[in-house]
Amino acid sequence: MPVIEVTHLKKRYGDLVAVDDVSLAVEAGEIFGVLGPNGAGKTTTVECVAGLRVPDGGGVSVLGLDPRRDAAQLRQRVGVQLQESQLPDRLRVAEALELYASFYRNPADPAELIDKLGLGDKRNTAYKKLSGGQKQRLSIALALVGNPEIAILDELTTGLDPQARRDTWGLIEQVRDSGVTIVLVTHFMEEAERLCDRVAVIDRGRVVALDSPAGLVSTVAPEQRIRFRPSAPVDDRLLTDLPEVSAVQRTGSQVVVTGTGELLHAVTSVLARHQIVAADLRLEQSTLDDAFVELTGHRPAN
Amino acid sequence: MHAFRNILRIEARLYLRDLPTLLLTVGLPTVILVVLGLVPSLRKPDPTFDGQTFVSYFAPSLLVVTLAMVGVNILPAVLATYRERGVLRRLATTPAHPAALLAAQLVLALAGILASALLLIVVARLAFGVPLPRHPLGFTLAFILGTAALLSLGLLVAAVARTTRAAQALAVPLFLVTMFFGGVYLPRFLLPDVVARIGDYTPPGVQALLDAWTGAPPQALHLGIMAVIAVVAGAGAAKLFRWE
Repeated sequence: MPVIEVTHLKKRYGDLVAVDDVSLAVEAGEIFGVLGPNGAGKTTTVECVAGLRVPDGGGVSVLGLDPRRDAAQLRQRVGVQLQESQLPDRLRVAEALELYASFYRNPADPAELIDKLGLGDKRNTAYKKLSGGQKQRLSIALALVGNPEIAILDELTTGLDPQARRDTWGLIEQVRDSGVTIVLVTHFMEEAERLCDRVAVIDRGRVVALDSPAGLVSTVAPEQRIRFRPSAPVDDRLLTDLPEVSAVQRTGSQVVVTGTGELLHAVTSVLARHQIVAADLRLEQSTLDDAFVELTGHRPAN
Repeated sequence: MHAFRNILRIEARLYLRDLPTLLLTVGLPTVILVVLGLVPSLRKPDPTFDGQTFVSYFAPSLLVVTLAMVGVNILPAVLATYRERGVLRRLATTPAHPAALLAAQLVLALAGILASALLLIVVARLAFGVPLPRHPLGFTLAFILGTAALLSLGLLVAAVARTTRAAQALAVPLFLVTMFFGGVYLPRFLLPDVVARIGDYTPPGVQALLDAWTGAPPQALHLGIMAVIAVVAGAGAAKLFRWE
């Protein structure tokens, strides 16, 4: 049974249609990604799920509750990390977590959470003095301190350096392994590919695709490319006759074969049958990046 | 209530951590009083002030300093900053309501104003023989209504300003006008009569404070105007305030 169900969600700000028609369902225990170009309606969608905005139309159900009517109950059970949400400069790490823990009926142990998030030696440091990565980890900790069943994380790693980003990803996987369902809003394709069980791609207020990252790539951008240097001359027809192959090109001594499906297996088998060794063999597959461009016509911001 | 208490405790700690600002807010009027009180001629009764000393005459204007600093300057700046930085929004995602933070800020503003006023009144009494307010009830009423009017104006600024900069752009002129009409920059007897009369009706209502402190009971009209300003500005702020 899904823990979040959004059906035909609509939200307008004056003349601007932020969310036109979004439907999606998030299953318990998964990491669900919400992808899309800037201004596509990702944040508005999750803000409606979190009960921070009132939809103009459609339905939202979270843990079987209505985010507006049952707000008090949901705030106990859903943790939210908002985009660009800061804390007072002089507030210290431990103070922030202890304060936020005190709002919940059944909170996590702040001290334990601080250690788990690698902020142990920063517990008495003022917010202002934390690095970007530390601020982000504190922000995640605040979203988790109420022991939520669902955590909604918006633009989790924006502004972090690559190492901090990887550390944060590891952390999110740990959180999921402890049984929390995670909704991740992101425009980093690498992040979605690494973390998400399923992703919804939102463009201009609508869901344009909903699948696992790998499923999305193979349906939207199925093309693969193999490059190699053959040990003996290869007749092009040998390759073009294969059903998996769509084109063969040559650049210098290199052969480039484009195609779909089990392309690698088909090409290497036919070469082996003719006792040709493929040197410097490389397989290039589409990434979620390519699928994203196919779907939205935008380069992912990076 | 539980969340409010915890937020208040933390916000109070944050104020105490910023000691220079705190000392300035609470202590500045008393420091000015002491500096002026060291000038012997200002401690002599003077017919210009109905036989009071200049120090007695000027003390109510010094009350305006903290009221203006806290009410129309610090309070809106803090609230606008909290909104701009998403502190209020983050709180809205938890079981605590951001109104608890606003309430905590109001309590701290009141505490600062009260501490500053008590310090001023006690030092004026002990060091310079300024009598304690002659009409304690009227003085308390004038002080409460004047404070309420200024805090409401501060909240209104915080409500209509979308950013911290916008809040500052509104708060600074309001602060200067409050100080000017309150007779802080230029003692009121030096102001043109019409300006001094206007000052009777601008928050916090310095004439009512002066009356109750050293002379007659405060006039009902002076107090009434402060109550009206407090209610109108307060209602406007409540209607217009946005949490994000």
